[in-house]
Amino acid sequence: MTSHILSWIVFTPLIGAVVVLFVPKSVTHWIKWVALLTTGIVMALTCYALTIFQTAQAGFQMVERASWIPQFGVQYLLGTDGISFPMVFLTAIISLVACLASFPHVRVKEGREKEYYFLYLLLETGMMGTFLALDLFLFYVLWEVVLVPMYFLIGIWGGPRREYAAIKFFLYTLAGSLFMLLGILGVYFAAEPHTFDMTQLVGMPRSLLFQQVVFMAFFLGFAIKVPIFPFHTWLPDAHVEAPTPISVILAGVLLKMGTYGFLRFSYPLFPEATHWFQPAMAVLAILGIIYGGFVALAQTDFKKMVAYSSVSHMGFVLLGLAALNANGFRGAMLQMFTHGTITGGLFLLVGVLYDRAHTRDLNDFGGLGAKMPSYAGILTFFALASLGLPGLSGFISEFLALLGSYQYSKVVTGLSTIGIILAAAYLLYMVQRVLLGKLNPKWAGLSDIKTPEVLTLVPLMILILGIGVYPRIILDYMIPTLDGLLKAIKV
Amino acid sequence: MNAIESLKYFIPELVLLGGAFAALTLDFFIKQKKLVGEFSLLVIVLALCLVKPPTQSLPLFFGFFHLDAFAHFFRYLALGAVGVTILISLSYAPLKKRYAGEFYGLFLFMAFALILVATANNLLMIFLAVEFVSMLSYLLVGFLKNDPKSKEAAIKYLLFGSVCSAVMLYGMSFLYGVSGSLDLSVIGNALFYAPFKPLAIMAVLFFFVGLGFKISMAPFHMWAPDVYEGAPTPVTAFLTVAPKALGFAVLARVLVTAFGHFTNVWSPVLVILSILTMTLGNITAISQSNIKRFLAYSSIAQAGYILMGLAVFSLLGRDAILIYLLAYLLTNLGAFTVVLFVGGETQSDSLDAYAGLSKRSPTAAAMFTVFLLSLAGLPPLAGFIGKYYVFAAAIQGNFIMLAVVAAINSAIAAYYYFRVIRLMYLTPATGPAFPAPSKSLTTALWILFLGVLALGVFPSFFITRILG
Repeated sequence: MTSHILSWIVFTPLIGAVVVLFVPKSVTHWIKWVALLTTGIVMALTCYALTIFQTAQAGFQMVERASWIPQFGVQYLLGTDGISFPMVFLTAIISLVACLASFPHVRVKEGREKEYYFLYLLLETGMMGTFLALDLFLFYVLWEVVLVPMYFLIGIWGGPRREYAAIKFFLYTLAGSLFMLLGILGVYFAAEPHTFDMTQLVGMPRSLLFQQVVFMAFFLGFAIKVPIFPFHTWLPDAHVEAPTPISVILAGVLLKMGTYGFLRFSYPLFPEATHWFQPAMAVLAILGIIYGGFVALAQTDFKKMVAYSSVSHMGFVLLGLAALNANGFRGAMLQMFTHGTITGGLFLLVGVLYDRAHTRDLNDFGGLGAKMPSYAGILTFFALASLGLPGLSGFISEFLALLGSYQYSKVVTGLSTIGIILAAAYLLYMVQRVLLGKLNPKWAGLSDIKTPEVLTLVPLMILILGIGVYPRIILDYMIPTLDGLLKAIKV
Repeated sequence: MNAIESLKYFIPELVLLGGAFAALTLDFFIKQKKLVGEFSLLVIVLALCLVKPPTQSLPLFFGFFHLDAFAHFFRYLALGAVGVTILISLSYAPLKKRYAGEFYGLFLFMAFALILVATANNLLMIFLAVEFVSMLSYLLVGFLKNDPKSKEAAIKYLLFGSVCSAVMLYGMSFLYGVSGSLDLSVIGNALFYAPFKPLAIMAVLFFFVGLGFKISMAPFHMWAPDVYEGAPTPVTAFLTVAPKALGFAVLARVLVTAFGHFTNVWSPVLVILSILTMTLGNITAISQSNIKRFLAYSSIAQAGYILMGLAVFSLLGRDAILIYLLAYLLTNLGAFTVVLFVGGETQSDSLDAYAGLSKRSPTAAAMFTVFLLSLAGLPPLAGFIGKYYVFAAAIQGNFIMLAVVAAINSAIAAYYYFRVIRLMYLTPATGPAFPAPSKSLTTALWILFLGVLALGVFPSFFITRILG
């Protein structure tokens, strides 16, 4: 099993999904336990992989290779390194937490549980595979596998505008990824010998024009997923309409697939184009940070506010990517991880409140701090983490990203810090409107957060606090790979 | 090779022919018409068992037919399509009233005719074989003679088809005039000489008219939605795949053998026609409210993608056509099997009949979803492999514009395929649950479903067998 650990991580959820399909009608209540067990096993497998992961090694580890379509040289090629492993870990933990959060979700409970957990587990296979595939063809297949379950999960169990949100998400992402497919084919035919194998493709010489064209094709696919500023319009719809656990997955994992794509594919394959695109990337990062921040500030819908704060925070990932130096990359990578945990937690908290009050209108709340003290404490914790309070993980990652960008351009850094101020503004304004002030008599009957709900948040809080206090527990895994990448793309 | 020697390579075809006559005769004596259908199915299976791959290219019957690997693949395709169509026809209620026996007999003739098309290597034979298929198609479209829609479809098909065939025949007459021969390779050599170039261009364009009609290529696609809507559902299922596939086969053969020297002339024309076909098909499909019309436009769009492979004209392009056709055949037949099932239960072909299908028949809805996703070209399903191949061929041949247009088209297509998926899963059901599909439908559904999945997940198994 040791030699196939990555395959087990990718396909255990699929096995679980098939098991779910065959659970007989009479014992429907088993389904959620099967799902929880499956995500639990995946988490355990990931922890096991963590123990055999060699932190000091820069190259790919635990590589699995088998021929899949020999006519095109397509391989079943999995492998992990300091860029993908944190993402795999994040996926495992977010999937587990979101699965637990699905249990009490009212729309999931209404029936069709079998479909829900089947799609949910299928989704996990797609996400894991996307982060572990090292063959471009395999990567594309798994990248697309994520789309269809997501469409159904938003479309069937979502809020009032779910149909619109689901198809918008689907079409945006599909359109982007089709261009990526053309780019992948371009890379394939330009390589001598023709191959999809990332380990061979890196370092092959490519002309600048070719790099620029194909970089843009990949960019469309990744930028829509992140989402980068002009392509972000699907995000508020999808995040708001999706049921809570799925919003958590969307914010926690799916957005990272885009930035992961840059680090894993675009940068090492097209180093010259990466440098050519650096200023544009920086501008897009600033746009995202400031625009997302201002729009978040203007929201009255709690969930929409968190959704737009995602646009702003993902901007810091792009900022780190645009810096093209050690600190920037570390910041970007760490921000991908911390944003997943913090924003995932915030979406869970929105869900907790919505399940009780059936509204998300920020102006409608007030004074809940006294009514729901535990909830208030946890919400404040996540809000502070999100706005970058020192001692919590958000601070470390944003600081590193800004440090990196400072070495690249002072103007860019200066403008980006506006985002931090905005984050403080919209998050504290939210805390004020929800927790402080006079209690709206409507909410006198609200009960405090319950243990199962706290359980979904505790793992995330541990990670946030742990990384915030001692970031090396995660940075040590990333640094050798990131430094290797930096050396590889030096022009 | 003379006629007697050729016969031993022609056994499956003879079985089909014999079976067809036997089925027509059986019809006189047997009251239980379903038995005739089962007999026909048996004949197809027997023919499938007897088909042997040719070791080299065999010029049968004095070169009238060429049995090579290319033709051999289409033999399987034709037999498979006819087999599945007969299988699903067994559960088609309107057929039960009368004439059911003839229906199956005609399909066996159809299988025979399709194989002739695939192997024909001579202008005369090509024309006769294509007309043979057309005649049978006209008959089958108008089979429900008390249904005005079916009648209208048959007449439209007949008129449109005759005109296109006539134009193609006119083009053939040029070729004969130039080369004095009906043999494709002789014509190809004759056309090599410069003075014949204008004539050759005329001829190739006329061929596009005649065969473009068969493959529903724009601007000769107008007949398709009306005919597909009016024809009995199993016939529609069949028409969207088999004659189209064979149309591509003969078009590819003619272009390669006779017009191989004029690639620079017809390739750009095909690029434009391909773009036109997929765009028209996709845009029009969006607003359809009848499932058969909907799938008709989708199948026009699919023809546009397959044309990419032809327009690129490379080895990879040829492979792309074969793989795409197989994927498309499995997927589209599957989709129509569900249409036939739902149509039988609700007596309606309207899209609204699919509302809440996931509640009324979860299996049918799940399978239909898989077929639609495959048509949309999503991995890991058969349609993706097909699409991957045509995209690869286009990129390899540096047809970047074509590839980009096709990518945009694929996104548009996903929109309307998801309209149906949305109806099935996100809209509440309007009626009670359906009973389970009949045995023959279940068999067909599972065969096609597993085929779509297998081609998507283990494409190399199929690629090795098809392309060697």
